[in-house]
Amino acid sequence: MDFLGILNSTAGFILAPVTIAYALAALGLAVHFGFAGLLNMGMAGFMALGAYGYAIGILSFGLPWYLAALVGLGAAVIFALILGIPTLRLRGDYLAIVTIASAEILRLLFLTKVFDEYTGSADGLFSYNGEFQESNPIPAGTYGFPPFEDTAAMWWVRIVGIIILAVATFAVWRLVNSPWGRVLKGIREDEDAIRSLGKNVFTYKMQALIIGGVLGAMGGLVLAMSSNVNQGQYVTSLTFFIWTALLLGGAATVFGPLVGSLIFWVLQAFLGLLFPALAEQGLLFGLSSIQAAQIKFIIVGVALVLIVVFRPQGIFGNKKELTFVR
Amino acid sequence: MSGNATPSSTPVKSTGLHIGDAAPGVAKKDPILVAHGIKRQFGGLTAVDVAHVEIPRNAITALIGPNGAGKTTFFNLLTGFDQPNEGDWSFDGKSLKGVPSFKVARMGLIRTFQLTKALGLLTVMDNMKLGNTGQRGEKLLSSLIPALWKKQDAEIEVKAMDLLTRFKLDAKHEDFAASLSGGQRKLLEMARALMTDPTLVMLDEPMAGVNPALTQSLLDHILDLKTQGMTVLFVEHDMHMVRHIADWVIVMAEGKVVAEGAPDEVMKNPAVIDAYLGSHQDVDLGAVTGRITLPETK
Ligand SMILES: Nc1ncnc2c1ncn2[C@@H]1O[C@H](COP(=O)(O)OP(=O)(O)OP(=O)(O)O)[C@@H](O)[C@H]1O
Ligand SMILES: [Mg+2]
Repeated sequence: MDFLGILNSTAGFILAPVTIAYALAALGLAVHFGFAGLLNMGMAGFMALGAYGYAIGILSFGLPWYLAALVGLGAAVIFALILGIPTLRLRGDYLAIVTIASAEILRLLFLTKVFDEYTGSADGLFSYNGEFQESNPIPAGTYGFPPFEDTAAMWWVRIVGIIILAVATFAVWRLVNSPWGRVLKGIREDEDAIRSLGKNVFTYKMQALIIGGVLGAMGGLVLAMSSNVNQGQYVTSLTFFIWTALLLGGAATVFGPLVGSLIFWVLQAFLGLLFPALAEQGLLFGLSSIQAAQIKFIIVGVALVLIVVFRPQGIFGNKKELTFVR
Repeated sequence: MSGNATPSSTPVKSTGLHIGDAAPGVAKKDPILVAHGIKRQFGGLTAVDVAHVEIPRNAITALIGPNGAGKTTFFNLLTGFDQPNEGDWSFDGKSLKGVPSFKVARMGLIRTFQLTKALGLLTVMDNMKLGNTGQRGEKLLSSLIPALWKKQDAEIEVKAMDLLTRFKLDAKHEDFAASLSGGQRKLLEMARALMTDPTLVMLDEPMAGVNPALTQSLLDHILDLKTQGMTVLFVEHDMHMVRHIADWVIVMAEGKVVAEGAPDEVMKNPAVIDAYLGSHQDVDLGAVTGRITLPETK
């Protein structure tokens, strides 16, 4: 068993675009759930909009990549408005039901043949990153040292992703530590109390829904920059993986989502390589290596349950600030 | 909130608030809140059916009545937290019909809740600061630039600390509100309501669960609100408190206003005694149940 090789590949995920994408989406969920108490179960939908908006903007409308990126984020704003206007006046659980269904509807719209010209239906979209890579100031070649060795193109995605993540994290940190954030946390605790103090609860919830949604779309954008776009990536289980990353780090924290995503991906990668390797050695009760690769998902599920039960505030959270049992 | 509450054992009562005889629905010389024909039904039950009522400005009015009389429901209706089946009501001459609760609050009509709504996972200080209106930092874009709101926030903190001291919660300002006791939560909610600088405060059983010594000092504080020009409407089952500070008493039973008047008069009203107070209100409970015998009852 090539244990060193496994560790090596695992470490590569520390800076992977997918980790950055998860961190952005988890940060969005932190705004939704951790600070505003909004149960968004459709983060995958927001991410899909970021990715598809970007790719369609370039391929179908010939926009420069940065404008196409804005199309994706704008689509997330509109999606948040459509979801929020009917549901934010209702009790919290309704938003969860509506978001989970809407994200699936969106995905099926991307899948259907009807819009094939724009969405590529089942094939998805690819080769739209040319212009983005032309803006890459790094000369072609491979850079870095193992395990962080990669092409100039991938480094450019990482750099752009990390800049987006850094700016987003700073902005969220500022927001939640301001009087605006105080109102948001108040709404999480008791909407009526906040109303009785003269604050327009609906507006605050809508702002939070939009901000978190745009962060999710940024995650989708980074994913789209690093590979192709396919509706199969934006399934409901993606939403639950983001939730796992969020709860791992701490829902009512700013840096928790970042660390949570990192741990999530490193663990995923490590277990995804370790179990098949063990199976090949015949150490997993005769499971084939393909079967063994699925064990990691079981572990993710068990981990999620354990976190929620034993450390609901996450790694970074304050035990008193976010617990599921009141 | 400024000035020291001068402990006044005999508060100055506002009198001559009404026009004509004190009867249910009597007109007031200077009403701040007028409700007319308010009806709220829950299924077959008519919880509130108030023909007409006026709340006098710059006075302390008590709303009393048996459990289930509809006092809390009436509060909810007046403040936009519930909508009546029919009726009109206005505050300061402006109709409140169909106005959402947060706008009612912005107009200066602030209420507290019978079942306290302390924001448990926020600190006591953050709870207080939330009460302040017109904060620049509560706007999304300016919240990103601390320079725009830091100074105002510091001023708010001073004001909040001052109120917390009055309510004996200053030592707790860094604790989460969830860690407060039941009575302390009542106090916090009342203090938070006062942070908004209201014109009319509506308190739903403010003293339930507050210890006697603190009740005394808070009564003085409520009286102080009146001297500052505020109007107070409160629901309370403690008749000593009602007698002590109320200038006017409105009695509700089964959704209707059944009596109105100055405290002493109302409490002599046979209808009120029947519906609410009971005939032994001045007698020790032990004597009522026959467990102790009084040497002499007048
Ligand atoms: N949401 C509701 N649904 C159905 N019935 C309700 C509702 N709210 C109140 N009621 C009923 O309306 C009546 C008035 O209730 P309310 O809470 O206003 O009484 P209250 O005067 O505040 O009593 P207390 O002194 O016990 O607080 C009660 O009979 C109650 O059962
Ligand atoms: Mg009540």
